[in-house]
Amino acid sequence: MTIEGGGTSRRAGAWKGNSRARETRERIIKYLLTACAYLSIFTTFGIVVVLFEETLRFFLDVSIVEFLTSTQWDPPGGDFGILPLVYGTLMATFIAIAVALPVGLLTAIYLSEYAPQSLRRWLKPALEILAGIPTVVYGYFALTFITPFFRDSVFPGIGSFNALSAGLIMGVMIIPTVASVSEDSIYAVPQSLREGAYALGATKRETATRIVVPAALSGIVAAVILGVSRAIGETMIVTIAMGAQANWLGSPLDGMQAMTAYIVQVVGGETPRESVTFKSIFAVGSALFLITLTLNLVSYWFVRRYREIY
Amino acid sequence: MAQSTTRAERRAGDSGATDFKTSMSTRYGLDRAFTVVVTAAALVGIVVLAVLLVDVVRDGSAMLSRNFLTSFPSQIFPENGGVYPALIGSVWLLGLTALISVPLGLGAAIYLEEYAEDTRINRIIEINISNLAGVPSIIYGLLGLGIFVQLLAPVTGGTSVLTGSLTLSLLILPVIIVATREALRAIPASIREGGFALGATRWEVIRSHLLPMALPGALTGIILALSRAIGEAAPLLVVGVALYQTYITRTPFEGYMALPTQIYDWISRPQVIFQESAAAGIVVIMVVLLLANSVAILLRNRFQRRV
Repeated sequence: MTIEGGGTSRRAGAWKGNSRARETRERIIKYLLTACAYLSIFTTFGIVVVLFEETLRFFLDVSIVEFLTSTQWDPPGGDFGILPLVYGTLMATFIAIAVALPVGLLTAIYLSEYAPQSLRRWLKPALEILAGIPTVVYGYFALTFITPFFRDSVFPGIGSFNALSAGLIMGVMIIPTVASVSEDSIYAVPQSLREGAYALGATKRETATRIVVPAALSGIVAAVILGVSRAIGETMIVTIAMGAQANWLGSPLDGMQAMTAYIVQVVGGETPRESVTFKSIFAVGSALFLITLTLNLVSYWFVRRYREIY
Repeated sequence: MAQSTTRAERRAGDSGATDFKTSMSTRYGLDRAFTVVVTAAALVGIVVLAVLLVDVVRDGSAMLSRNFLTSFPSQIFPENGGVYPALIGSVWLLGLTALISVPLGLGAAIYLEEYAEDTRINRIIEINISNLAGVPSIIYGLLGLGIFVQLLAPVTGGTSVLTGSLTLSLLILPVIIVATREALRAIPASIREGGFALGATRWEVIRSHLLPMALPGALTGIILALSRAIGEAAPLLVVGVALYQTYITRTPFEGYMALPTQIYDWISRPQVIFQESAAAGIVVIMVVLLLANSVAILLRNRFQRRV
């Protein structure tokens, strides 16, 4: 559109750039930039093709019904029922959300409604540091600090690997996710709603919990779904602190294996590439991908569908 | 809009009606308790962070020395072992990942913000990028295993540091794209219009005005994304990072070790001395990350003050 300027400035001779060269350069640059953006499509396409191709080959050896419904998971023995791994993942996720939902939401309320501006500027980056800690570090902390702490205090019978420590620390890991997404939507609630509540005689707490939080609910739900999705996909904490033994309906004080931890266990071993066991990691990966994709889409849809527009 | 307002009003009305009879001292007491609870909640994360740092430094202090930074890991004399090859490997990963992901991320963000029209395919790309940001990192590992390790083995050299970097690049691209787009969006339209009015082409405006203005904001996102890449262990384990090697990585096509996977390897050994090595390794990686994060925060604060 702007290139037309070059064409019409014929009379001002000194002005005229090489419009054809400019046009060509503009076109080439546009194509390059477009290619960068389309790379994301290829990434998704690549993930789907790699996962599903190997998964289909896995289902030539193992029936899909057994995979989805059996509660026996013992790859060396030929038992491929994914439910014990799903159970391990959900147990850790449940414990993590039990920590991250209350703490994250209250932190968000504190940040947007209570914290003085100066403290807020200091606290938000500190929380972001929490989000930036490598997950191997959390795993180490759960294994060598939290678990011994529980053993010496409240749960003397706790296993060296257990879902409780792994879940709690995973909860700490996702506090920043829950807090920052919730805080964005709480912060977006217009001031007039708060002032209305105050005018009616509500106290600060009543305003925060009965006016502001309900008004920001869609963002908070989205934050929690996002947190769940992160917990399900988390790998190193559960690999290090929760163990590598599939355990259907085990207690949170015992070790169990999560879906992600199983993938790490297989790639770290000497499993031959063409074996059923190696192909099974792609089947587990597909399940993981579908679960987190669904959660992310629901979260995205939730924000769009139920966003209160003021 | 009207509906939401009336709902909020109705709630406010309800609470006013029912609470009117309750004693003010109870309500103010609850308010004070609530203030304590939310403040405590905000401090939970900080307290855990502090305990974690103290614990790691305490565990790792015995192993930390200059020798630790310049030695190979050792199974026979673990007390003399170090993180040297892992440190070098992580530097390789950082450099190559930055070289690959920054141009691609900036390019995609510029396209989506400055060129893309509101068409179906562009909307799909946008939703797709936000979904990719939520894909677990280990899935990127499986993608890297299928594409870079197996399919493109002749190009990447199989389980090479290039493969690791390509995998990490795909992982962090969505973060870079989102951060850059936000920085571009914050630039007022008048800057673009001024450029066009002077006869500049779209690319000339982008190169001379938009990119320099967006850079501090984009840089924050890039640093955060790269520090995430340095800390990732799971996808590297899947694409075949070495847990032990006797040489230093010298070309992009060689095998490599990395700090987080070295730490993981130490953690998974039962002997106490390896736990101390793991803690010392964690101190090293945390120092690197805290430095990177501080730079990012400084840049952002400077950027925010200017606008």
